[in-house]
Amino acid sequence: MGKTFAQKILGRESGRDLEVGDIVFVEPDYVLTHDNTAAIIDKFESTVPGGRVRYPDRLAIVLDHVVPAASSKNAAGHAKIRRFVREQGIEHFYDAGTGICHQVLPEMGLVSPGAVIVGSDSHTCTYGAFNAFAAGIDRTEAAGLWITGKTWFKVPPTVSIEMTGHLVGRVSAKDLILRIIGDMGADGANYMAVEFHGPAIGSLRMSDRMTMANMGIEMGAKLAVFPVDRVTQEYLRNRGPDATQTMWSDVDAEFCQVREYDLEELEPVVAMPHNVDNVAPISELGKVEVDQVFLGTCTNGRLDDLEAALDVMGEAPVHGNVRMIVGPASREVYLKADRAGLLARFVEAGAMVIPPGCGPCLGAHMGALAPGERCLSTANRNFQGRMGEKEAEIWLGSAETAAATAIAGYIADPREVR
Amino acid sequence: MAVHYYDRDDINTDLLFPGKYTYKCSTGPEIREHLLEDLDPEFAGKVQPGDVLMAGRNFGCGSSREQPSVGLRYVGVEAVIARSFARIFYRSAINQGLLLVESPEAVEAYSPGDEVEVDPGRGVVTVGGEDFDFPALPDEMLEILEDGGLLAHIRKTVKGGE
Ligand code: SF4
Repeated sequence: MGKTFAQKILGRESGRDLEVGDIVFVEPDYVLTHDNTAAIIDKFESTVPGGRVRYPDRLAIVLDHVVPAASSKNAAGHAKIRRFVREQGIEHFYDAGTGICHQVLPEMGLVSPGAVIVGSDSHTCTYGAFNAFAAGIDRTEAAGLWITGKTWFKVPPTVSIEMTGHLVGRVSAKDLILRIIGDMGADGANYMAVEFHGPAIGSLRMSDRMTMANMGIEMGAKLAVFPVDRVTQEYLRNRGPDATQTMWSDVDAEFCQVREYDLEELEPVVAMPHNVDNVAPISELGKVEVDQVFLGTCTNGRLDDLEAALDVMGEAPVHGNVRMIVGPASREVYLKADRAGLLARFVEAGAMVIPPGCGPCLGAHMGALAPGERCLSTANRNFQGRMGEKEAEIWLGSAETAAATAIAGYIADPREVR
Repeated sequence: MAVHYYDRDDINTDLLFPGKYTYKCSTGPEIREHLLEDLDPEFAGKVQPGDVLMAGRNFGCGSSREQPSVGLRYVGVEAVIARSFARIFYRSAINQGLLLVESPEAVEAYSPGDEVEVDPGRGVVTVGGEDFDFPALPDEMLEILEDGGLLAHIRKTVKGGE
């Protein structure tokens, strides 16, 4: 019987022939932490007072969650992190303004095919888009990794998502992954690896794959991973990683579940409050008016998303009842969008462009909602209270849907706009 | 030793520890007050060191917050026995030194009043006199559990003159 991606990667790391359920210890290539680094420093320093990080070159620290600092308390956390970075000689430190961690690590060339990456953030699975074995951990474990350099994994069973056809018109990868999560359920892939397969992959851009891998955790998955092809190699060229060390499942690998999707049959969907698997086609919604539209986050804040949104908006202004917030996912995205004149077009349309970072996504900073308000967001989570207000509603959709909604004032099907 | 039996699936981290307290409570005594508040309001008052929790599928699903495992460990719960666990909770429990026993058979066999005993070293859980095997942890993880969690384990190994 062949092996899955997860069996092979963990087998390589442990030097053993592994079965599902086996537990192995591995030394990850990178340990990502973000603003929560401040809390991890406390754990680290109380466990090994005066100690050194075992592998300082394997830490990646990105300040992105509350940037620029919203309060003096946040600023003190950031200051503590900068102090630690200097003391410990952490090379891969990306200060406020660089962008959202899951966009920054690939841009900086830290994500290689076949690499093992863990992060104290549940959307660490994003790097599966580049064929990395990438999973979220808790803060205690991150502190442990700083000290020992290693952690454990249980070999997960694997779900295969087989995709054929290609995305048509303004139907996007976000609609596809929301459809998959709606079908699987919020715990449908709990403790499992998800592998994306099929001829449709070649037609998906890196930004599409990142959107999809990013949301793997929303169905409980430990990792969500794509194979390497020309599209991956093209992205990684000139960024450093070796794209030849790829790993993929054998053709006779054993999957616990196989699901098939024809991309041509999809239509624009949204996740309705307050769960990501509460998915419905926009065509079946009544007129759902919104107060705010948020285009951004590690799910849909890339250049392709900004371009797709402007393609839908054309010259139309943001609807008078709507605040539109645009958050480029990184400095690189921001600069490219600026040089191409995209940011000016958003601003002219009446939108607010915010600095690279998580922005309103987790409700800790700007763009909060009032009780009773409704937001259409391109983020990955719509849990109650996520954007800072329990009595507000968050609906999730694609960049195209966000744009159509911003100009219409209600949740609109982007295919219906001109 | 008492068994706290919750015959349901998908007991999420909000039921184990409500999200609204996440940034307010981080120490054992603070967490204890709200532990399982929305699942069993009496739990905090009645739980004793050495007690066992038993539940259905996907125990601990939801967010990655540490408070549920920190809290259960703090009040002295010896083990959580469930049909299955959500993955981030599973990891977090071991990091906090909380023993998890994944055994659908043991949960199936349990009826209220049965004696329950767990032997992590042998990987055996005994319910009403009947033995059920569960996947034993590798030695290195057993040590983490015995030392009381990941950081306690590291503290010990570092002091031990590594
Ligand atoms: S953009 Fe949102 S989901 Fe992504 S890392 Fe930031 S807070 Fe998390």
